[in-house]
Amino acid sequence: MEGLNELAFVLGGVNHWITVFLIMAGLYIIVSRSNMIKKLVGLSIFQTSVYLLYVSPGKIIGGTAPIISDDFAVYSNPLPHVLILTAIVVGVATLALGLALVVRINEAYGSIEEDEVYSDGDWN
Amino acid sequence: MLIDQFPAIVVGVPLVAAALCAIVRNETACWLIALAVAFLSFVGSATMLGQIQEYGVALSYEMGGWAPPAGIELRVDLLSGYLLVLVSLIATAVLIYGRQSVRVEIKESIRGWYYTMYLLCMCGLLGIVITGDAFNAFVFMEISSLSMYTLIALGKDRRALAAAYQYLIMGTIGATMYVIGVGLLFTITGTLNLVDMADRLAPLLDTPAAIAGMAFVVVGLSLKIALFPLHLWLPNAYAFAPSAVTAFLAATATKVSIYLLMRFIYSVFGFGFAIEQTPIPEVVMVLSIAAIFAGSFSAIFQENIKRMLAYSSVAQIGYITLGIALANATGLTGSLVHIFNHAVMKGALFMLVGGIALQIGTVRLSDMAGVGKAMPLTMFGFVLGGFSMLGVPGTVGFVSKWYLAIGALENGWWWVVALLMLSSLLVLAYMGRVIEVAFFRERPEGAPPISEAPKSMLMTAWVFILACIYLGFDTSFTVGVAQQAVDVLMGGAQ
Amino acid sequence: MSDLSLFIVAAILIPAVGAAFIASSGSKPNVRESYTLVTAALLFVVVFLLVPSVMQGARPATEGFDILPGLTVQFVIEPLGMIFAMIASTLWIVNSIYSVGYMRGNNEKNQTIFYTCFAIAIASTMGIAFAGNLFTLFLFYEVLTLSTYPLVTHKGNDDAKAGGRMYLGILLTTSVVFLLPAVIGTYFVAGTGDFTVGGIIPQDESPFVIAALSILFIYGIGKAAVMPVHRWLPAAMVAPTPVSALLHAVAVVKAGVFSVVKIIVYVFGLDLFSGSGSTEWVVYAAGFTVLVASIIALGQDNLKRRLAYSTVSQLSYVVLAAAMATPLAIIGAAMHITAHAFGKITLFFAAGSIYTAAHKTEISQLNGIGKRMPFTMAAFTIGALSMIGVPPTAGFLGKWYILSAAMEIQDWFVLFVIFVSTLLNTGYFIPIIYRAFFKAEDVPPSHEHGEAPWPVVLALSLTALGTLSLFVFPEVPLTLAKALVGLTL
Repeated sequence: MEGLNELAFVLGGVNHWITVFLIMAGLYIIVSRSNMIKKLVGLSIFQTSVYLLYVSPGKIIGGTAPIISDDFAVYSNPLPHVLILTAIVVGVATLALGLALVVRINEAYGSIEEDEVYSDGDWN
Repeated sequence: MLIDQFPAIVVGVPLVAAALCAIVRNETACWLIALAVAFLSFVGSATMLGQIQEYGVALSYEMGGWAPPAGIELRVDLLSGYLLVLVSLIATAVLIYGRQSVRVEIKESIRGWYYTMYLLCMCGLLGIVITGDAFNAFVFMEISSLSMYTLIALGKDRRALAAAYQYLIMGTIGATMYVIGVGLLFTITGTLNLVDMADRLAPLLDTPAAIAGMAFVVVGLSLKIALFPLHLWLPNAYAFAPSAVTAFLAATATKVSIYLLMRFIYSVFGFGFAIEQTPIPEVVMVLSIAAIFAGSFSAIFQENIKRMLAYSSVAQIGYITLGIALANATGLTGSLVHIFNHAVMKGALFMLVGGIALQIGTVRLSDMAGVGKAMPLTMFGFVLGGFSMLGVPGTVGFVSKWYLAIGALENGWWWVVALLMLSSLLVLAYMGRVIEVAFFRERPEGAPPISEAPKSMLMTAWVFILACIYLGFDTSFTVGVAQQAVDVLMGGAQ
Repeated sequence: MSDLSLFIVAAILIPAVGAAFIASSGSKPNVRESYTLVTAALLFVVVFLLVPSVMQGARPATEGFDILPGLTVQFVIEPLGMIFAMIASTLWIVNSIYSVGYMRGNNEKNQTIFYTCFAIAIASTMGIAFAGNLFTLFLFYEVLTLSTYPLVTHKGNDDAKAGGRMYLGILLTTSVVFLLPAVIGTYFVAGTGDFTVGGIIPQDESPFVIAALSILFIYGIGKAAVMPVHRWLPAAMVAPTPVSALLHAVAVVKAGVFSVVKIIVYVFGLDLFSGSGSTEWVVYAAGFTVLVASIIALGQDNLKRRLAYSTVSQLSYVVLAAAMATPLAIIGAAMHITAHAFGKITLFFAAGSIYTAAHKTEISQLNGIGKRMPFTMAAFTIGALSMIGVPPTAGFLGKWYILSAAMEIQDWFVLFVIFVSTLLNTGYFIPIIYRAFFKAEDVPPSHEHGEAPWPVVLALSLTALGTLSLFVFPEVPLTLAKALVGLTL
């Protein structure tokens, strides 16, 4: 029985495990990579974890879209979906701006490797 | 009544105006639009604050007519009103100040975009303060941050690009952490309205999800605040942004995030839980003191004056968060007063340095020799601003320090008082360096002659310098509102 | 009462407004100096109009101006403040006359800034003298420090910069790190900072807190120059002589010891201070300073530096007396403040006079100078005798009261300190006088010279006369000093 409980814990929270994995993976990429584009990729993965975090608890198995009618008694919570639509927009905008900056950095420095850009000149 | 619409006007009009500027793109027209809008926001904010003070009732606006907690609520109480006034006031002043320096620092073709971004940034900052909805705050946070990254990247130096990128990465991590925390809290409470969330969270505070949510929110906001050791993005961002942008950012951006942190700690999690049952006050106190000393020490060794002032901001943020950690009414008052006071004095100093940068073309300390003689008004203002940073009585800096010290004594933490005083010496060291170079060294032979900065810049800066002294004597606005706002914060907790 | 309170405001505003006028005079020397003299004269009149009522026991006060709840800017005149204001306003006139001669005689630059800052310094001195509570005192104490910094660094060379660094460094450090916490602590412990007869610190406060506050106050008031926070005073000697004379013999240093006396009398209260074992250390710290500073003075060849160390030692006399905290000792402290002000300014005036006329700064160069500059050296002699405490000079009175106080409580340490330091004083002043009058000139001077310009000679003669006449007519300061401790004549 004990083992079964643990299995239920692992499987029941599978969406959360994936969220945690994405958070860690995203942060790891941001910290470990020096290439500015790769960092942005990490950042996007990190942000993606949020989408899952919000949307997955709202889903009810067998639930439908929220339609006001007696026929549809079980429906998923629509609010998280709305929120995440906004978050996705924010994420896309951030990524776009980040990439634009990287393009400009590449023009100005001729490199998008962080250690080369930051070691350039004296930052003081 | 019209005043009921004010919350929507204050934050909505800048958004619409930003779109308008994007279409118009004529520099002067955009400037006028931005100035009018910023001033309108200021008048609106001040009116609301006056109204709230008079009747003692918070204003609430239901966005789109949807009643909270389902709909988004814009909520102005004493605390948010205070911050709204601060942000809109600084935004207006920096617009007046920045006209000249923007002309020098930013290419003509993109000046219209500059004002667009400026308005968006202002809209975002006002929005964070005014909204009563945790997720909406995230959206506004990203609006302000994205426009801020753009503004920073407009700096002349190519290092501005790298600084903006660095800030983008750190800022996005912070905002995402915040939104993860909000998500966890939303999962267990089913609401995003801050007031509603506080009610529903009360019985659930001990659950792991609540504690994890709180941890994410606090760490995420600390990144936005640039609380030591999460401050690394700040010095570069401030140092390489255009002068006007630096003045605006330094005075407002971090302050708004501090506001949100206060809201979460005191209103949402509640004094009884966040302060008494978690290690938040201890951790924040240690970090604040570390910020004060690390920031000030780093400031001493900077060659770039803007970077020096930026490190000094890291230290000053430490003073503000120290008040949060003291967690008594006096300390918290000190913290709120310092939010305003620091905005005024640091805004003034950055404006003056912007003037110097405009005239001599650099902000390196070694190039400032003889500036004292050539730009006496600028440097005299700088000296007075320095006094304020030092906390000389009769300036705003003293008022903040007084409250923080008394707050520490009320907790019996006399050693905090000792550290607070010692830290002033570091201020003396880094401000003194600038003053010595400016007054005691002659301008090198053959250097082009320089004169005072343009009047519009100098006068705006001086208005703030005089405010540093005026508000050091007449504290009825800052301390008065702060004390009432503290009642709101502490009252909501018990 | 209301018109008296107007006078108080006037006493602070007159020099401040004067400063604005001086600043606006640009580079017109005559206009600038007339403004200075007129301002000084006006201030003198206003201050002396206040004297009679204060002597009759009135304590004029202004309305308080609340900065924060409980933190007020307010002015109240009590006897000690009256004495201090009288000294400062009287000597400012004399010093202004002197400055005109000195600054012109030495072709100093930037004189407008000089006179402007000087007037601001005097305004803050008035603020300190009339401060009605600790916060007001602290406020003007800091303004005084900051406004004298440009005066110390007036020459603008590297020496001036180094001196200015030391000056500002020590005075600001001590005031921010020690004095401000002491002020905050007092407000916290006592709930108020208003100067009140008998003190405001609760009698049953723990000895630890009292000891801590006394340490913070004594070393926080860096201007009182109790060792080891005395180093700023010799450093400040890079300033032009009128600055050394008025500020570093009168206004600034007296603001220091004045604050010490005022805090002991009105914040601690004499009973608490003399009764509490935890404040006994002040007597020893001050006694130590008196002796060590005198010994250092013996070894100085630079005249201004010797005078500076003499000042350090004389200031600690006042602290020593105040720390005994008996009525007689407090009278002694007040009298010594007065006497030392007149005596030391005379000595500095003489030093400046020698510098202006003969361009000499070292004592070893002074052989036979008494014949060329008889007035200067006569005044110097009177000042020196006052420092030693020989009648008929004012210095005798202060020392007399301090000695009587020490006898009364049979404090052998204090008696020993006074005895030894009097010998040391004699040891470092008499040789100068001997050289000046009884040795022949060994090296002929680089240029023929007589006395310094007449304003200089006039000023130093006036202060020398003052030193003598205070001995004969000590009624006004003495009455006030007695009123300070609740005694009447």
